[in-house]
Amino acid sequence: MENQSQKNQSSQEKSLPALHIRDLTVAYQRKPVLWDVDLDVPAGVVAGIVGPNGAGKSTLIKAILNLVNHTTGKVEIFGKPYRLQRQLVGYVPQRESVDWDYPINAVELVAMGLYRQIGWFRPVGSKHRELALKALEEVGMADYAHRQISRLSGGQQQRIFLARALVQNAQVYFMDEPFAGVDAATEKAIMAILQRLREQGKTVFVVHHDLETVREYFDYLIMLNMRVVAAGAVQSVFTPENLRRTYGGRLTLLDRAVDAMGRRL
Amino acid sequence: MIWSALMWTSLDTWIVLAAVLAGVTCGLIGSFLVLKKISMMGDAISHAVLPGIALAFLLTGSRSGLPLLIGAGLVGILTSVLVQVLHQHTRLEEGASMGVVFTVLFALGLIMIEQAARNVDIHPEHVLFGAVELVPLRMVELWGFDIPQGVIVLSGVLLFNLILVLVFFKEFRLVTFDPALATTLGIPATALHYVLMIMVSITTVAAFEVVGSVLVVAMLIVPGSIAWLLTQRLSSFLLVSTGVAGVSAVLGHVAAITIPGFFGYTDTSTAGSMAVVLGVFFFLAMVIAPDQGLFARLVKKINRGFAVHTQDVLGLLARSAERSTGSEDVLPLADGGLSARNLAAIQGSPFAGRRFLLFIVLRCMQFGKLLVFREGRYKATEQGLRRGQEVLRSHRLWETYFHDDCQVDPKELHYQADVLEHYTDAKLRKDLASGLDEPINDPQGRPIPDEPE
Repeated sequence: MENQSQKNQSSQEKSLPALHIRDLTVAYQRKPVLWDVDLDVPAGVVAGIVGPNGAGKSTLIKAILNLVNHTTGKVEIFGKPYRLQRQLVGYVPQRESVDWDYPINAVELVAMGLYRQIGWFRPVGSKHRELALKALEEVGMADYAHRQISRLSGGQQQRIFLARALVQNAQVYFMDEPFAGVDAATEKAIMAILQRLREQGKTVFVVHHDLETVREYFDYLIMLNMRVVAAGAVQSVFTPENLRRTYGGRLTLLDRAVDAMGRRL
Repeated sequence: MIWSALMWTSLDTWIVLAAVLAGVTCGLIGSFLVLKKISMMGDAISHAVLPGIALAFLLTGSRSGLPLLIGAGLVGILTSVLVQVLHQHTRLEEGASMGVVFTVLFALGLIMIEQAARNVDIHPEHVLFGAVELVPLRMVELWGFDIPQGVIVLSGVLLFNLILVLVFFKEFRLVTFDPALATTLGIPATALHYVLMIMVSITTVAAFEVVGSVLVVAMLIVPGSIAWLLTQRLSSFLLVSTGVAGVSAVLGHVAAITIPGFFGYTDTSTAGSMAVVLGVFFFLAMVIAPDQGLFARLVKKINRGFAVHTQDVLGLLARSAERSTGSEDVLPLADGGLSARNLAAIQGSPFAGRRFLLFIVLRCMQFGKLLVFREGRYKATEQGLRRGQEVLRSHRLWETYFHDDCQVDPKELHYQADVLEHYTDAKLRKDLASGLDEPINDPQGRPIPDEPE
């Protein structure tokens, strides 16, 4: 059944947007973090999400994946609500979101990406461990498969997080700052993976900080500052004007109104 | 005389069995609290279930059994829901929300138990500190055997927990490590959290009779904390935490009935002794933990010290060999060796005392074959000389580096190079040399030796 749905998916890919968002608003402590986001992102692009600190980049990903409360609006993956399309979506959280002292080794961590496929009441089998090892190979971490995760460097930890998403064999990937604080080898490995995913026709969303590498890494760009300032092909939206509107001072008029809401409610 | 204190009876066997069961089941469930970083939830729930227990007493008049466990499970869920609600809808941090919820529920429970105590045989202090000594006094017949009711309840709860942990092993691993991933995979992290809370609730209730609501926290948290220090896999983590809990139960009871006797006192509380034994185990784990334990760190530090001093001595010998062959004979070490007196003369920075230095020299002679003692002098072997030249090369390359690239005060050069020379391997030396355009002399004009083969 899963195969069938994936086959359907590939035929739909051309017509349906990979990600369709309408009126998405997220508020923490009653204060909006994302304001009325509308997005239509075509399938098969590697999309960067950029914006200043506190612009809601991570929150956008978490809201799409249903990981934050107080969300209103509509999110669709290939034309269907997210909760029906989970199996098509892979997630790479920020590295700091977990405790790397946890008693687990690299290959076990990667196999976690398969837990849904494995299903309830079944242990992780040798078949799954092999898949996990293959994913580790793809990110150049096969030699570290049996190492406890706290003994890996930051870049290596980031790569096994990527491997855990790759092993899911998803159609759409959401990566939260995979390039943050990594070494050159890891940066190269991530770039190679993005390239491979693009060749396979997958859609990838990457929260990103470094504006200098935007043109190099992405072909689609979402510029975010609480609302979507601009979204589209990199060459058309990555303009000085849009950058100024995205980064030009946090005290926009909308900000002031939002601050007032936070105070009054 | 002393051993007469250890008069083991069938009562003791039942007590120890109950204590082991309580310890193992608490250690098992508590492990997940420690892994999930919500250890204090164990504290909160173990106290908050009290009104559930009291209500079950008041309604059924029974001290244990199924109604009690169900009541506890419900109150456990209520507690974690209330904590979440308080945390999300006020600006209280989670710890404060827990504090508010569990203390109020606990106080309510105490009041109810005081009322209940008029009709049922129950004492608030047993609730607080447990009364494992009373376990063998309430036997029930099961399959023709007389077995204490507490033992049966604890066995049932342990079995229940074990089955759930085995069946949902990978799911518990996932939600304790990365609940967000669980959610995106469609594995209900929240539901599993509440399952865990139910398990904690019934576990604490079942263990009440043995350890009470205060010490149950030690049984929940300490075994998992010990395992956290000692293990790197979840399976071994659970084995260590349950094993340690079980052993501490046995030792705790033995200690409770023997040790006070040594000092002329009567028996002390088994539950208290269990917690103390666990504390001792934790301390031991802290000391012997691999890699990060106090002992491992001390050994590393000592080894590092040996390595540094050995390199210093070898570097010194390489220098003196250089002088004896070179044109300017700065120091009268004509044959390139060191006498014991020479060694003594160079004590002080960077060397420690003379005796320690000699010890290192001996260590080199014995283990590394780096030094020999001949004609009253210490001399480096060929291998030792090569190692010494490596140190010297590192030292002078660093001096050049600091002089050329960092404009460090010439008086400071030596001290900085003296530290870094011990952390410089062949590859770093190679990169350093090529980065400095293969210098031949150091800033003072002394030759930088070639990399030995």
